[in-house]
Amino acid sequence: METIRIGSGAGYAGDRIEPALDLIEYGNLDYIVFECLAERTIALAQQQKLLDPDKGYNQFMEYRMERVLPACFRNKVKIITNMGAANPIAAAKAIKRMAVDMGIKGLKIAAIIGDDILDSIDKYLDYPLLETGEKLSTIYPKIISANAYIGADGIVEALQNGADIVVGGRIADPSLFLGPIMHEFGWTKDSYDLIGKGILAGHLLECSSQVTGGYFADPGYKDVPDLWNIGFPIAEINRDGEIIITKLEGTGGMVTPATCKEQIIYEIHDPSSYITPDGIADYSNVEVKKVGKDRVLVRGATGREGNGLYKVNIGYKDCYIGEGEISYGGPGALERAQLAGEIVEKRLKYLKVPLDELRIDYIGINSLYKDRLGKHLAHGKEGFPEVRLRVAARTGSREDAEIIGNEVESLYLNGPAGGGGARKYVRDIVSIASIFIQRRDVKIDVLFEEV
Amino acid sequence: MKLRDIAHSRAGDKGNISNISLIVYNIDDYKLIKQQVTAERVKQWFSNIVEGDVKRYELPKLGALNFVLEKALGGGVTRTLALDAHGKSLSSALLEMEIEYEQD
Repeated sequence: METIRIGSGAGYAGDRIEPALDLIEYGNLDYIVFECLAERTIALAQQQKLLDPDKGYNQFMEYRMERVLPACFRNKVKIITNMGAANPIAAAKAIKRMAVDMGIKGLKIAAIIGDDILDSIDKYLDYPLLETGEKLSTIYPKIISANAYIGADGIVEALQNGADIVVGGRIADPSLFLGPIMHEFGWTKDSYDLIGKGILAGHLLECSSQVTGGYFADPGYKDVPDLWNIGFPIAEINRDGEIIITKLEGTGGMVTPATCKEQIIYEIHDPSSYITPDGIADYSNVEVKKVGKDRVLVRGATGREGNGLYKVNIGYKDCYIGEGEISYGGPGALERAQLAGEIVEKRLKYLKVPLDELRIDYIGINSLYKDRLGKHLAHGKEGFPEVRLRVAARTGSREDAEIIGNEVESLYLNGPAGGGGARKYVRDIVSIASIFIQRRDVKIDVLFEEV
Repeated sequence: MKLRDIAHSRAGDKGNISNISLIVYNIDDYKLIKQQVTAERVKQWFSNIVEGDVKRYELPKLGALNFVLEKALGGGVTRTLALDAHGKSLSSALLEMEIEYEQD
């Protein structure tokens, strides 16, 4: 094969389904990738698996597969996804059951396992956490998941063995795309320059429409057509690693050098060292060039060998956040909202609620940029037709967190005049810490189900 | 002139670190942002939000700068009390920065 076509079917767990179905039906694709796993999601999935050993995969997987599976089978499009989350084996079995129910025959489903190292986390208690430098032991009792970011190896092995669907867990996002590219072109694990280009292709596609005009529009400055119907991206990749980013004709959005540039740089930190489990990509010399309508050529990435370690994401039960909001409008809106904020602050002190941190925002005024920068951006404009008070606090217990929203809600009767639209929330916060471990500690395995 | 007139921007996150790109529409304007939008100036601009260092990376072929802002997200995406936990809106605030534009 001289060129392969990979589509991006989802850039996050809740992404739209119609653009993926369009791509499968009309995109002449070889592969479609569904990236559905955020850092925290796998920790929550791990908890579901503890309650039910047949669960722990992505909650929307059945919804997605029900729609996608028949179309992919009909159009011979292979699926790569991390929707296995904490339980790729259960996910593969569930897909098999769905295929049987649909009357599909001749389908090979691969589950990639090995990223989950929770059972051996005790070995690393002295390891420093990347975020704080403190030892892993400081969060040990609160740990609920530990997953190594693994690379494309398992995907390549699955495809070499004829898999039509590959389901994994904590596979690094770009590796989901790099896997099929390496497989199709026979790139070896040490062909780092090529791998750097494959990583770039994955990086461009992993956030779905963020490269086709999504998250880009700024009316009057950056206008994007028909965002309501935005098309998800297709990458055409040749064996030299040159990439053309495009999308389906007739869909909304656009592919331009500018949309591609925003996504190339997105969250990469040092452009010369974009670190993945498959190698380190260098985007320093990447160039983009328009080669047609909604067609942009991206080339010039290079790569080098990584540090021989795996990054492990550790999910732990961190804290609770309680929040309450209420709106004030008309003349004196800000003054009344501020009075309301003072009341809540005094109440929390009076009740001696133990808070790690308290934050009081006035939405529309300082909730995004705080006071100094917020004031600067307002250009000295004064008078607000409406202001929304928001009180948020971090606590050690759910009970304490609930008090925050209750105190805001009680402003209805006990606060300043005219408060309306009170809402309250409590969130159970699972945070992520990371460590580096030796590669030999992770054993990647590929298991197959067949219909 | 504001940065918004010559450049666009996108912000992302990783833990407690914000990553903000700044990309010129016209490659000839790259030297302007390279000269004027220094790491120091960006740190100053966000001084009431960002507690850590600001590093700047240059991508001349894309006409872009990439800013990495440490300790910028109120303790990290999961536990911050900020409404915009990911700091996504920081990109728009950066574009409000004033730029001296000399015409030859």
